[in-house]
Amino acid sequence: MQYFIQQLINGLTLGSIYGLIAIGYTMVYGIIGMINFAHGDIFMIGAFIALIVFLALTSLFYSVPVVIALLIMMIVAMLMTSLYNWTIEKVAYRPLRGSFRLAPLITAIGMSIALSNFVQVTQGPRNKPIPQMVSRVYEIGGISISLKQIIIVVVTAVLLTLFWYLVNKTSLGRAQRACEQDRKMAALLGIDVDRTISITFIMGASLAAVAGTLFLMYYGVVSFSDGFVPGVKAFTAAVLGGIGSLPGAVLGGLLIGFIESMWSAYFSIDYKDVAAFSILAIVLIFLPSGILGRPEVEKV
Amino acid sequence: MSLQTSTQPTSPVQQALREALIAGVVSFGLFFFFIGLKTDQNIRNELVLVTRWGLLTTVVVLTMIVRFLYVAYAVPFLARQKIADAVTGLLPDSTGTKFFRVPFFIGSLALAAVLIVFGSAIVAWTGPNIGAYVTLIRAFAIIYAVAAVMFYGRAFIGRNFASIGIVSLILYPILVVVILALLAWSNGSANITSAAFQGSLKWVDNFGIQILIYVMLAWGLNIVVGLAGLLDLGYVAFYAVGAYSYALLGTHFGLSFWILLPMAGILAAFWGVMLGFPVLRLRGDYLAIVTLAFGEIIRLVLINWREVTNGSAGISGVPKVSFFGWFTFNVSDPNYISKVFDIPQSGAYYKIFLYYLILALALLTAFVTIRLRRMPVGRAWEALREDEIACRSLGINTTSTKLTAFAIGAMFGGFAGSFFAARQGFVSPESFVFLESAIILAIVVLGGMGSLVGIAIAALVMVGGTEALREMEFLKSFFGQDFTPELYRMLLFGMAMVVVMLWKPRGFASSREPTAFLRERKAVSGSFTKEGHG
Repeated sequence: MQYFIQQLINGLTLGSIYGLIAIGYTMVYGIIGMINFAHGDIFMIGAFIALIVFLALTSLFYSVPVVIALLIMMIVAMLMTSLYNWTIEKVAYRPLRGSFRLAPLITAIGMSIALSNFVQVTQGPRNKPIPQMVSRVYEIGGISISLKQIIIVVVTAVLLTLFWYLVNKTSLGRAQRACEQDRKMAALLGIDVDRTISITFIMGASLAAVAGTLFLMYYGVVSFSDGFVPGVKAFTAAVLGGIGSLPGAVLGGLLIGFIESMWSAYFSIDYKDVAAFSILAIVLIFLPSGILGRPEVEKV
Repeated sequence: MSLQTSTQPTSPVQQALREALIAGVVSFGLFFFFIGLKTDQNIRNELVLVTRWGLLTTVVVLTMIVRFLYVAYAVPFLARQKIADAVTGLLPDSTGTKFFRVPFFIGSLALAAVLIVFGSAIVAWTGPNIGAYVTLIRAFAIIYAVAAVMFYGRAFIGRNFASIGIVSLILYPILVVVILALLAWSNGSANITSAAFQGSLKWVDNFGIQILIYVMLAWGLNIVVGLAGLLDLGYVAFYAVGAYSYALLGTHFGLSFWILLPMAGILAAFWGVMLGFPVLRLRGDYLAIVTLAFGEIIRLVLINWREVTNGSAGISGVPKVSFFGWFTFNVSDPNYISKVFDIPQSGAYYKIFLYYLILALALLTAFVTIRLRRMPVGRAWEALREDEIACRSLGINTTSTKLTAFAIGAMFGGFAGSFFAARQGFVSPESFVFLESAIILAIVVLGGMGSLVGIAIAALVMVGGTEALREMEFLKSFFGQDFTPELYRMLLFGMAMVVVMLWKPRGFASSREPTAFLRERKAVSGSFTKEGHG
């Protein structure tokens, strides 16, 4: 039982990170109906910026309190990663809006290849390890919970609340939902569609940047190719939860996290990704539009 | 009350200056962390930051200049081209006729001839640094001459594109050997034939075979994506199935390539149907993620099922293809090619043979695709791509239509895979990553989906272009000896994907001839057809 709860906590941690990335996929999909393949690499960019900020902080100051260091890392990573996603949207996706569906998908794949290779060329192909930032571990009834895990879950919960408020209670969120339902009608009602879409990309990127910072803190290492696997998992999570649905993205992320940690605990660690992908396929056979997704209405 | 307009008409240069400034600020923000600061390991294996302010400044200033030139000159120029176009109703070729003139053409021919004959003497006299420029000028002269010929013969080439393409593909290895023999003769080397064959290895293998493999894969994927409109992001899985079928059955049972080639195709088609069944009900992006997941599952199984696949170490010693058992390409065999024909030993014969093999396989794919498009099943694929509901209401069985598309597309992937294993002599999961699927899909889309010629051109440009980067040793004399062009290969590939897509969102061949028509055959603009709509 203790072992099970331990794995549940591990899964929750992993799932939080996937959930944060998955929101970026699902929001972009909801508003312009494209798979933003470069999102995984945006996450990697976020982790790298956090790494560089961490190194700058440790070299500039003798010692920085961990909380402040983490906050600065997160904020700088959010700002800079948003700039990346904003530029990418402007350069590679906006001119192709209204073109046929596969065109922005191909530019997104191209951007993904370009981003990861850009980081490889400029920062070198090696793994980048950092010293452990947070090392405290609590023992509660035979279950060990590290402070890192608590930070990840708390930060995710706070961000999701903020985000939920932003989407459901503010005029910005209303504009976003309007664009999602009918872009032309929203434009006729005076919503600046371009701006709303840009803000969507910025929001997705900031959440991915937070996920990147947390990833760096949790694993203590990042490399240029680290965007792909979490990106695909988060995409899987978004589809599993029903792409376009925000609670679905979080739910899907948690599910993928649980499946992965349970499978590696009880079966084999080698096949944990195979398990996650197979469960995706099985769920989609029975629920073709994901768990919380609206079934697509076919208009003739 | 008077209305005051705050926006004054600005000249392009003023606007360009403003745009350049914005681009500078944005690029400074983007590149500050990645180019300005570099993470490096010191002697104690700790990460430290290294600053590169000079490089950062250069990159930012370059971005500003490029943006300025683009807004100030390129955009108005392109707009003028479009206007001239509308007035005359002709293609905007005025720049072309200005650029390609007969005197220039003759001059470039003469320059190329002189540099080919005396090039080595000039290089020997000036030393390698200036020699690099000589090679570069020679290359430009040859490219200009070829481009001029293509420009003046464009009407003829346009009419007979397919036949010219096939003939030049068949002649390509022979031409390479002949040209290299001529070069060896002009350099006065002792053994002309062996030098020519040895030198042809690179051109036939790295360029010819490599590009043709991608052409074949893209034509195979075209059946699924371009014709049936099913977005498949895991095509590389079938490539892997084909490669591993040949590698495993060939090494364990010693079966010949000619028996295993159809078997690999059948196995891959079987897996295509296996993948097809669960995804039948899925549409669009759900289909995309499941196919991607399928590709990843196959790769992960290949890595982890160590007893059979030998894990990430891969399988080596995959047997070579023999010429239908008449002669082989293994030096130790009694019927080795040079023993049969009594010619000097060379690895180039095998590569040239492989070149013709993959050419035949690719042409087979094209032939089958063209014939299938005229059969009921091909018509059903295209109908399915355009509108699934209409398709179903007309009584087309969408289940079997989708499954045949998956199976036939996968079969060609399997053929290409077993060829790949035979060519490399080694297979490992490294070769079957998602990036390969992405490259193949990009070639299909960039080529203009459904168009075989467009796809072949896209493969030539994208794969040939990145392979050419490996050869650009002369860049070292401009950027210093530490400069490795290979490093920038995939970066440029990704950027090229974006640029080509923005430039031609419909792909290289953006109009197509309908397969089904009433009385008169009219070319349809690509924008009227709907692709990839799950």
